[in-house]
Amino acid sequence: MGIIQASKLVFEYIRRDEEGNAEGITRAVDEVDLDVKQGEFVAILGHNGSGKSTLAKHINAILYPTEGVIRVDGMDTREEAHVWEIRQKAGMVFQNPDNQIIGQVVEEDVGFGPENMGIPTKEIWERVEESLKAVGMYEFRKHSPNKLSGGQKQRVSIAGVIAMHPRCIILDEPTAMLDPNGRREVIRAVRALNQVENVTILLITHYMEEVIYADRVIVMDRGKAVMQGTPREIFSQVDKLKELRLDVPQVTMLAHALKKKGVPLPDGILSAQELAKALGY
Amino acid sequence: MSIILDHVSHIYEKDTEMAAFALRDVCLTIPDGQFIGLIGHTGSGKSTLVQHLNGLLVPTGGCIYFNGQDIHQEGYDKKELRSRVGLVFQYPEHQLFEVDVFSDVCFGPRNLGLSEKETQLRAFEALRQVGFPEEYFYQSPFDLSGGQKRRVAIAGVLAMKPEVLILDEPTAGLDPKGRDEILDQIAGLQKETGITVILVSHSMEDIARYVDRIIVMNRGSVLFDDSPKEVFRHGRELEEVGLAVPQVTYILRELKERGMAVRTDATTLEEAEREILQALGRG
Repeated sequence: MGIIQASKLVFEYIRRDEEGNAEGITRAVDEVDLDVKQGEFVAILGHNGSGKSTLAKHINAILYPTEGVIRVDGMDTREEAHVWEIRQKAGMVFQNPDNQIIGQVVEEDVGFGPENMGIPTKEIWERVEESLKAVGMYEFRKHSPNKLSGGQKQRVSIAGVIAMHPRCIILDEPTAMLDPNGRREVIRAVRALNQVENVTILLITHYMEEVIYADRVIVMDRGKAVMQGTPREIFSQVDKLKELRLDVPQVTMLAHALKKKGVPLPDGILSAQELAKALGY
Repeated sequence: MSIILDHVSHIYEKDTEMAAFALRDVCLTIPDGQFIGLIGHTGSGKSTLVQHLNGLLVPTGGCIYFNGQDIHQEGYDKKELRSRVGLVFQYPEHQLFEVDVFSDVCFGPRNLGLSEKETQLRAFEALRQVGFPEEYFYQSPFDLSGGQKRRVAIAGVLAMKPEVLILDEPTAGLDPKGRDEILDQIAGLQKETGITVILVSHSMEDIARYVDRIIVMNRGSVLFDDSPKEVFRHGRELEEVGLAVPQVTYILRELKERGMAVRTDATTLEEAEREILQALGRG
């Protein structure tokens, strides 16, 4: 059975004006079915306001469905008795690390989650060490988070989630504020967690290059999952993605442009190596 | 008319144990009308640098001149400086606060002491310059999409009619279309009005596509200061300081390594396309 299963998931909220009077209802998530297997790496794309973050917040019971049902490791998120277990199994990393860091010292911040779970002290420190090493922040363990750059803070937030040993991590645009190296490091850490530890990954991003490592890509638009497939299947549809305010990796775009000029190339080229091969090199 | 940084240094928490160099002996000249990209890893000193340009931070060493005048000499009008060197912070939409879009954009020019008529004219023009649709002028800024909120915040700075517009990662968190729209708008505005634009970005692709000069910061110092083509020739050095070259440049290098007769200095999609077509004999 999948670690995350949603069927006909709907989330609606009431729009209100300045005085708090109801103006209308917005359906942010519209009958989404989801079945994510343990160990799968799923990327979610979609323009701003397409419903991807709202969907993600259902997975660790920050939001509850208006209609339909979502289960994490078999547990219905609406059953209050399961909330803590669900949040421990499905950890979430947000875009802005400033809203996620609470400790005065990096290692204390990372230890906060496991400590709250009642893990013995010795094991907490082991987890803090392995988590900080996984994101390349171990040398900063004694620093104050306030003194770190945005990118460094974000890696600490990810370590804080990893330290809880979740089975699934949902990352909501974790690299939006990072420099190229920070992005590479975060994505490398995420892939290692996925491949080595078999942690399920749900990655929401606007960076198309980060998606090519995913097993599966889901594209959202107006609350619906409108496209689903492997990165190659999805990125083969350049024009459709552009219509949805999205993009493709530059190499895919380059191959697409060359093809339009008459160069015989297949759709959905995802790497420079593939392009070279297709060009006969 | 220009900004000159003359041996500018900045040490945070000077005279304490925590003292750390954020800027180290930076010398730069920023003439009128350039579109400049400012890149560097997180913590390299980009944000510290831009906050010196409008006097928000005072250098611990060196001087900054705006149009020939030392901005930290006694009696210099900092308020006016800040209207002429406009700084749009990261996630500027967090600073929106008024009940409707138009009032929010009016805040800056009104604070400059301009007449109500001039204030409104400027707000109107600024919103037009960022491509903000008129039918939403009197909506609450909080009901807008991420991209629209950011437009309003940028318009708020443009309404002060700055000569220099500094944007600190204006597209962070925007979807690809929103990113392209905002950058196209800024590039158009720069051409149309001739103002100086300094774009801080972590996207090498965006930088390559829009700017005519790149300043690379590393550990508080200027590492490179040149045209995109020249700067992106230094792939290895850029990677060593946490940066990269545009993806297309990597692609061309891979093609060349595998024996294709291409030059590897293209930095934009269009250039790369032309280069490959030429190598294929279709150029």
